[in-house]
Amino acid sequence: MTLRKMTTAGPLAALALGLGLMTSTALAGDVRIMWYSDGVEGEVMKDLVAQFNAANPGINVILDEVAYKVVQEQLPIQLEAGEGPDIARVTNLKTLAKHWLDLTPYLSDPDYWRTNFGTHADWMREDGSQAITGFMTQLTLTGGFANKTLFDQAGVALPGKGATWDDWVNAAAAVQASQGTAAAFAIDRSGHRISGPNVSYGANYIGADGKPAPVDAGVKEFAGKLVAWVADGKMLKDTWVAASGSTYRAAADDFINGAIPFYYSGSWQIANFSTKIGDAFDWVAVGSPCGTAGCSGLAGGAALVAVKYTKNPEEVAKVMEFLSQADIVKEFSERTLFLPAHAGVVAAGGLNWQTKDKNVGPALDVFVASAADILPAAAALPSWKWASAYYGAMANRISQVMAGELTLDDAFGKIDSDIAEQVAAAK
Amino acid sequence: MARLGTKAGAVVTAPLGWLAGLIDAPLRLWQRWTGTNGMAAFFLAPNMAIFGIFVLLPLAFNIAYSMTSGTALFLRDRDFVGAAQYARLLSCDDYTNLATCAEDQFWTALRNTALFVVLQVTLLIVTATITALILNRDLRARSFWRAVFFFPVLLSPVVVGLIWRWILDRNGVLNAGLDAVGVEPVNWLLERHWAFLAAIGVTIWAHLGFYALILLAGLQAIPRDLYEAAEMDGTPPARVFWRITLPLLMPNMLVVIVLALIRAVQVFDEAFVLTGGGPGTATLFLTQYIYEVGFASLLKNPGLAAAASIIMGAVLVALTLLQLALGRRNERKAKMK
Repeated sequence: MTLRKMTTAGPLAALALGLGLMTSTALAGDVRIMWYSDGVEGEVMKDLVAQFNAANPGINVILDEVAYKVVQEQLPIQLEAGEGPDIARVTNLKTLAKHWLDLTPYLSDPDYWRTNFGTHADWMREDGSQAITGFMTQLTLTGGFANKTLFDQAGVALPGKGATWDDWVNAAAAVQASQGTAAAFAIDRSGHRISGPNVSYGANYIGADGKPAPVDAGVKEFAGKLVAWVADGKMLKDTWVAASGSTYRAAADDFINGAIPFYYSGSWQIANFSTKIGDAFDWVAVGSPCGTAGCSGLAGGAALVAVKYTKNPEEVAKVMEFLSQADIVKEFSERTLFLPAHAGVVAAGGLNWQTKDKNVGPALDVFVASAADILPAAAALPSWKWASAYYGAMANRISQVMAGELTLDDAFGKIDSDIAEQVAAAK
Repeated sequence: MARLGTKAGAVVTAPLGWLAGLIDAPLRLWQRWTGTNGMAAFFLAPNMAIFGIFVLLPLAFNIAYSMTSGTALFLRDRDFVGAAQYARLLSCDDYTNLATCAEDQFWTALRNTALFVVLQVTLLIVTATITALILNRDLRARSFWRAVFFFPVLLSPVVVGLIWRWILDRNGVLNAGLDAVGVEPVNWLLERHWAFLAAIGVTIWAHLGFYALILLAGLQAIPRDLYEAAEMDGTPPARVFWRITLPLLMPNMLVVIVLALIRAVQVFDEAFVLTGGGPGTATLFLTQYIYEVGFASLLKNPGLAAAASIIMGAVLVALTLLQLALGRRNERKAKMK
């Protein structure tokens, strides 16, 4: 090859390679799913995607498995730029609702979706919209877990139904004293996680105009309890104090390691506990402890939503229709140990949870039963646009009180001003 | 072997020579047309274009963003608010009480960063100088010790943060060691002062080798005869250090101070992984504040984050100019002597 030919061929080859790389991300028929996993659901979804690809040779579904942080921090930026995957698994459903695709014109049977997923459709569409944008891959509910082995060893009875937060914390403190655990209990560092308990003490975040209401007596009462429990060593200090801002911190590892006898988190931890605790100790789900207004947890979950910037909406709809079929939802739920959101699957019952762990079935039953205890003020939060602003401000400021940087009254004022600022900035 | 090398060299350089011959004529024509200055500008243009695209243009965008509000990504979708974001960041009812500031956590981050810069840079310079002086001596296995001190520089900041978190955690290696010898464990990352000191210590550990290496190069460039003359005069070691070593090490020291200052103001990665900004906001630094406001928060505020980053940039520019001015003054003094 002459030098001239080489100098011509080099750039052409580079150009061809570049074009090849570019087109590999945008081929007709490609459907990219951005997927994060809490437990084993990534493996299950891979199997389901393989089933779909085998049955639909004209469509190539690519499962991009990413960290949850990528979904939380990078996906919103991609969406704002009109980019992103074709389908995404997200938890921040309402705030990003303007980016979801209305699948209605592409679905063969929209009524199937309205019937089976209609209850939660508002969670993932803009206020007033009737769009079908996706479906919940699982429902979650916040609630407590107790290390039964530690309670038994301490000779402390598990508080029964109707027990208050004080009852639970005092019982766990007795276990702490007896067994020498690091603390009596922990609750994830998250505004979402304390919202069920807040509502149980009468809190209502939503004002008459639909905008955030000022911090009320319910929030103040439970926040005051949390701060006092940290101060007297009953609540694990690490989770809330050892971070700043609205950083999320779970205390699941502390529960798994037997460092706390009582842990308030949610149903999504069941598979995690089953995998990591194994037969090291017995654990039970206990629902949400009661406050003065009720015993409410907070529902939530993750949804698979279609992104409106997709180049292949028909293919996306086909993938979504496949994944939303009752038998697929049932298989996904049974293998991942997640509560299904498909009305038909729930009504039919008979879910065969695929686990040998004796703790799992009863735990899932407790969460299913606890769903009836959700108070209206908590039920409204998943579809409320400003919930995230409330959650972030509470986690940020209450942890400052726990660290001794603010008084509770200062923190409540700051929560109100932080939320007001975020509402103003979001206009 | 030498002939083979010559042949290989010829094979490699032949195309370059051919290429140079090819562009020689157009370049001469260009120089005749634009003059010598034009030619300099021509050769600088690619570098300036890269600098412009990757530094100046983003800076201009950042300034523009800092004058807008909203959560939208594109400037055209954002509301122009002038200096309102700066006003919000800087407004306080009472500047002696940060809780009265509209963005109290910005001020907390600013105060933490300032304290961190003063303590970390001072300790880092002293430690790096001592390390360089020791490594400059005729030690046994000197190369090994130099590698030991340089090794942490090769680690990713996230790895550094994680390693130290596992050491300093409530259930970490250090507390296990203390417990084993009957000493009460300490919550290193949950006590404000310990956490702050841990952030300083870990960042010094991570970067010490790099700065010590620069200082070591400076020490090795000092002529030996000066020390020999001092020794013959019976000059005490401390006086040798203050009168010979330190003044001749100043150019390298200045580089180290400037780099360490800039790196300290930008502190983020190791500290964020180590403490997450806690306990409370005890180790919340400016870069983390910007990251939280602009990226990590569920409702992001890129305008406020951009304004904070411009203020941080201004601080960095001021520090660099100050250091350059000091450097020039030292140079002038040295010339006068």
